[in-house]
Amino acid sequence: MLEIGLAHYLTVAAVLFTLGMFGIFLNRKNVIIIMMSIELMLLAVNINLVTFSVFLNDLVGQIFALFVLTVAAAEAAIGLAILVVYFRNRGSIAVEDINLMKG
Amino acid sequence: MIQALIFYVFAAITIASGVMVVSSRNPVHSVLFLILAFFNAAGLFVLIGAEFIAMILVVVYVGAVAVLFLFVVMMLDINFVELRQGFMKYLPIGLLIGVVIFAELFFVVTSWVIAPDLITAAPAPDPTAVTNTHALGALLYTRYVYLFQSAGLILLIAMIGAIVLTLRSRPGVKRQRISAQLSRTTEETVEVVKVQSGEGV
Repeated sequence: MLEIGLAHYLTVAAVLFTLGMFGIFLNRKNVIIIMMSIELMLLAVNINLVTFSVFLNDLVGQIFALFVLTVAAAEAAIGLAILVVYFRNRGSIAVEDINLMKG
Repeated sequence: MIQALIFYVFAAITIASGVMVVSSRNPVHSVLFLILAFFNAAGLFVLIGAEFIAMILVVVYVGAVAVLFLFVVMMLDINFVELRQGFMKYLPIGLLIGVVIFAELFFVVTSWVIAPDLITAAPAPDPTAVTNTHALGALLYTRYVYLFQSAGLILLIAMIGAIVLTLRSRPGVKRQRISAQLSRTTEETVEVVKVQSGEGV
């Protein structure tokens, strides 16, 4: 218990990932919280990558975590921009209505 | 001993704030708990010896992404109570899926093995000789320089996309039009009038 190893970090990452997925189901109507849950899941993935990188003594995992971070930041920016435009057009951010824009 | 204690503190706060992110009543509180989760994850990264990723996490996530979320949450005038309807309806299915996913992850975590010849793909240098940031830079700017450039391109595209999406030209707003100003000529704007002395125009 007192010796912190790979499994401890992987457990934290697994719990965080599950929480993110749980949050998506729980807040089906609120896009903002869904995006925050996605950020949580990406954080869990990053924890996994960095943990393996350190414990296998291989730096590529940290490089990949850097790229995941980049893409996550870009995704958040674009997603929130789309959300702002959607709110400006419709006056709400209810997720159920978004499927009105078919094909 | 002290390392284990610090690990458990950081991990517990990370997970607790993760719970609060998904279950908080007010989205502003969700964003603040997200910031707390990122800070504690950065603490975990420092503990494990990945200082550069930890600092980038604080700078990028807390400094940029979370503040972006905060701006959007506060800018949009949304009735969040209405959005929480069905919270209890989705709770059982969410719990079910969460338990299934966690069980699968648990099985993966407890049963994996490393292929022995896969280790040392890019062996990290001795951490006492070279800092983590130095080692990452030496790898990122040499072997992964094209990926690094593409990451920059992705950020540029995201920036342009966000600006293009949210920029709008409102009618009725008076703006300076430099081209119109510069294309004026003397003939159409200045009129020379002969004035008789003592009469005025």
